[in-house]
Amino acid sequence: MEHYTMNLTLKVWRQKNAKSEGHLETYQVSDISSEMSFLEMFDVLNEQLIRDGKEPIAFDHDCREGICGMCSMYINGKPHGPWQANTTCQLHMRAFKDGDTIVVEPWRANAFPVVKDLVVDRTAFDRIIQAGGYVSVNTGNAVDGNAIPIEKDKADAAFAAAMCIGCGACVAACKNSSAMLFLSAKVSHLALLPQGAPERKSRVVNMVAQMDKEGFGACTNTGACEAACPKEISLSNIARLNQEYLTASLVSEK
Amino acid sequence: MTWKQMFTSSVGKKLVMSFTGIFLILFLIVHAGLNACIWANDGGEMFNKAAHFMGGNWVPRILEVGLFAGLILHIVQGLMLESTNRKKRSTKYAVNYGNKGSKWYSRSMGILGILILLFLILHLSNFWLPNRSSQGLSLSGEIDLYAKMKETFATHSPVTAITILVYVLGCAALGYHLAHGFQSAFKTLGVHNKKYQQMLMAIGYVFSIVVCIAFAMMPLSFHFGWIS
Ligand code: HEM
Ligand code: SF4
Ligand code: FES
Repeated sequence: MEHYTMNLTLKVWRQKNAKSEGHLETYQVSDISSEMSFLEMFDVLNEQLIRDGKEPIAFDHDCREGICGMCSMYINGKPHGPWQANTTCQLHMRAFKDGDTIVVEPWRANAFPVVKDLVVDRTAFDRIIQAGGYVSVNTGNAVDGNAIPIEKDKADAAFAAAMCIGCGACVAACKNSSAMLFLSAKVSHLALLPQGAPERKSRVVNMVAQMDKEGFGACTNTGACEAACPKEISLSNIARLNQEYLTASLVSEK
Repeated sequence: MTWKQMFTSSVGKKLVMSFTGIFLILFLIVHAGLNACIWANDGGEMFNKAAHFMGGNWVPRILEVGLFAGLILHIVQGLMLESTNRKKRSTKYAVNYGNKGSKWYSRSMGILGILILLFLILHLSNFWLPNRSSQGLSLSGEIDLYAKMKETFATHSPVTAITILVYVLGCAALGYHLAHGFQSAFKTLGVHNKKYQQMLMAIGYVFSIVVCIAFAMMPLSFHFGWIS
């Protein structure tokens, strides 16, 4: 693809801290290379702001290679920007053209309060994972890798669910701010495997309870989450979660 | 997990929507089937027989109580879910995701439901209410519902025109509500196999289109004299 440069207008959400009111601030950036990543374009903007004696824009990022789930920008009305199955850090400026206006907002959900500018607090996800508890595994000598046979289909489905990087785009995309796609990925990848079997029922019950406590909404199966997910976590995991939950509640003693 | 814990969780509340939704779908099949007797072209004889079976028989009359209970549960739970879900994002986006990620009607179940509810109020006051108030708690004293339909739809007046419009719009709202709701209800019940999901998606679309066109055709058939 041919290299080109572009001038852009950026409208970026600025907010001093969790308590203050935020607003969209307009910035101009010029000579942006089509080969830059979206976050590199933000680095250029931030250097420009520092040179001008202004506060740089706070945004989350870590690996910049699409695996950690930290980057979290809602770009022109879509979490992680216009490309499918992609994280913000892997979005490249060739997705835009000269003269474009790009609106960048933080994830919006009461369960993900804004910390500063584009940074939101996603520790609710960590608490949901913690509520899932432990997985019983035998300690001692390392077990043979093939000691527990697992059907290929199941292993593949579990692996596909385990791809979730906990970025929160599903919550950001959902009209109900529901965390069901994330939760369903976490529940599915263990429910599908024999290693996850001993705590299978308590896990789903406790994780759903924690999700509700954190203030996420209820799922209405719109599918917006699946369309925004950088790891293409399938919506059918949500149906599996519903089944896990229904079974766990029907067979419980109390 | 106690029943209370289950039915007050977000997943449990959705299960209630799904159970009651599927129950209402079953009702629609019966309702559409019996009403289709108007097209027998026999001056309403067959239709009134069907109506008499439903209104002059204790079994359907008792089941009717269950139908109302299910309907009310569906409406109350649906509206409560919709309103709590809306409160989960206090600061709105400047640019919306819109139709890029989901279908408009899947995001509008609450509004579509309210439209159906408005239609239902008119619909019940057109037929059910006059019939049951004439009957009281007895099995007799039914009114001629075929004649009542004729009177409601076949006349030419502004009231008739508005009534027919509300009926057609109500059917459209129901069609879109079910285009999402039918398959969603089964996902909520836990059907996660791709092959069943695809099948239910297809059945759901066909069901919502066929049933809603059939219902919309009823007032239109009377009005334009397509039945004798
Ligand atoms: C009368 C007013 C009604 C209201 C206010 C209403 C409202 C709602 C709402 C808010 C939902 C939740 C959306 C979701 O969770 O996906 C829903 C779902 C649903 N509704 Fe209704 N509705 C009404 C009537 C009906 C009728 C008459 C039927 C069928 C004959 C129906 C069938 C369904 C189904 C199948 C679902 C999907 C359940 C699920 O996703 O698990 N609704 N309704
Ligand atoms: S399900 Fe997808 S969108 Fe949601 S947290 Fe996991 S990777 Fe991100
Ligand atoms: S920075 Fe790690 S996924 Fe984007």
